[in-house]
Amino acid sequence: MVDELTLPFDEIFRREAAQVLATLIRLLGDFDLAEEARQEAYAAALNQWPANGIPDRPAAWLISAGRYRIVDRLRRDQVFRSRIVPREIVGLAEPPASEVGEDFFGDDRLRLIFTCCHPALNAEARVALTLREVCGLSTPAVARAFLVAEDTMAQRLVRAKKKIREARIPYETPEPAALDQRIEGVLNVVYSVFTEGYAATAGDRLIDVELCAEAERLGALIDALLPDRAAVLGLNALMLLHDARRAARVSAQGELVLLEDQDRRLFDGAKIAAGLNLVERALSLPQRVSSYTVQAAIAALHVRAASSAETDWPQIVGLYEVLLRLEPTPVVELNHAVALSMVEGPARALDLLDSLAARGTLDRYHLLHAARGRFLSELGRCGEAREAYRAALSTASLDPERRFLTLRLEALGD
Amino acid sequence: MNYLLLIYTNEQHYASMSQEALGTLNQEYGEFTKGLVQSGKFKAADRLKPTTTASTVRVRNGKTATTDGPFAETREQLGGYYLVDAKDLDEAIAIAARIPSARDGSVEVRPVWSMS
Repeated sequence: MVDELTLPFDEIFRREAAQVLATLIRLLGDFDLAEEARQEAYAAALNQWPANGIPDRPAAWLISAGRYRIVDRLRRDQVFRSRIVPREIVGLAEPPASEVGEDFFGDDRLRLIFTCCHPALNAEARVALTLREVCGLSTPAVARAFLVAEDTMAQRLVRAKKKIREARIPYETPEPAALDQRIEGVLNVVYSVFTEGYAATAGDRLIDVELCAEAERLGALIDALLPDRAAVLGLNALMLLHDARRAARVSAQGELVLLEDQDRRLFDGAKIAAGLNLVERALSLPQRVSSYTVQAAIAALHVRAASSAETDWPQIVGLYEVLLRLEPTPVVELNHAVALSMVEGPARALDLLDSLAARGTLDRYHLLHAARGRFLSELGRCGEAREAYRAALSTASLDPERRFLTLRLEALGD
Repeated sequence: MNYLLLIYTNEQHYASMSQEALGTLNQEYGEFTKGLVQSGKFKAADRLKPTTTASTVRVRNGKTATTDGPFAETREQLGGYYLVDAKDLDEAIAIAARIPSARDGSVEVRPVWSMS
């Protein structure tokens, strides 16, 4: 008996929730049944733990209790019996005792992660399922994070679980041949949780600290389950190095502060040190360079510089060129041009942005227009700069960003 | 579980292919199908004649209306299918990815209702 009697039960439930669910899904073969089983297990624990004490291994206890109750009910339930093939019922009833053991816990967590991030689910569903099932956020909390109505989010989750069941998306860690590509997909989900927190796409707040923390916890969990993967280390480094600047990114009045104006004394030294350590580890592994590692290396150069002027811009430009080869997207092109302006001046960068703008793919992206506005005003072309800032204002959705752009326009005498 | 793998390709592209290229493609399909049969996962497969030969039938208010088409308005048209028995979606996706036309067209993977 562990000395946990003082710990409230619901705290234990919360701590073990994801593990209990992950293993129950494997044993029962179904998300919804597993969730029911977990609820049954909590009820059983509330019944028995006060008298018998908290078991040594609460997760294993909850898994066994939940599985037993569901299997027992399925056996008796005629409706279920006619719907489920008998072979499957037999399989449910008799898992080897070892399969409930902790040896399988890590594998089950990974299965759950890979299933929630399966490429056959749409991108929104992957993020929602991961937050709900892997991170254990409530459905209302997931809905709030993405600013959608609660029932919209509930439907999204139901549809995703239905597809997992109906299309038989396996509850498995992928085959080695497919693993790297699937890990990349998982990391994209983690990073979109982080960016949603770090640069919210709508609403009045710039940073959702809780979402950032969830993404960082998730990244650390994946690193623990799949150690020594360069892409995983690179992403974790990137999140830490971005997050290290959190306190400096928004002013006390809630206004956006540009990197060049950020007070570097506000940077989080511990996060920077941890991030730099991860970048080095990622680069030392004999694996293909991940775009996350390159982005982390760029972020590292930013946070290590004493000021914007003292930043190693030529090296940042070089890293963006590497990134462009790995991930040739318009947004990377934009960032490359902005970095280049710090080395070669605004005229050359503006040329790159003009050809990027001519392709039209970033028409709705306010940062392209804002960057053009800035280079144009640096070149003294105030009329065109105003036009670009107005285009930025018409596509920016966050209030602090809109206020920032309005200030720029006013400075140009609009 | 059975999955229907629906192969969508650009018919015009196939119609304009050289005899030699068509021969190579046929050979690739032959080898792929043979391997699938040997693996025991093959249930059925067919190649369809082009949509210019297709007719569409609707029954409304008891009347049968038959029209020509569907017209090839979309870039890719249904050109054939495989019915396979796979253990899960990942296996079905892996089989679909080996269909020669997946390289220039697309393959829709649809789980089949089990009527048992």
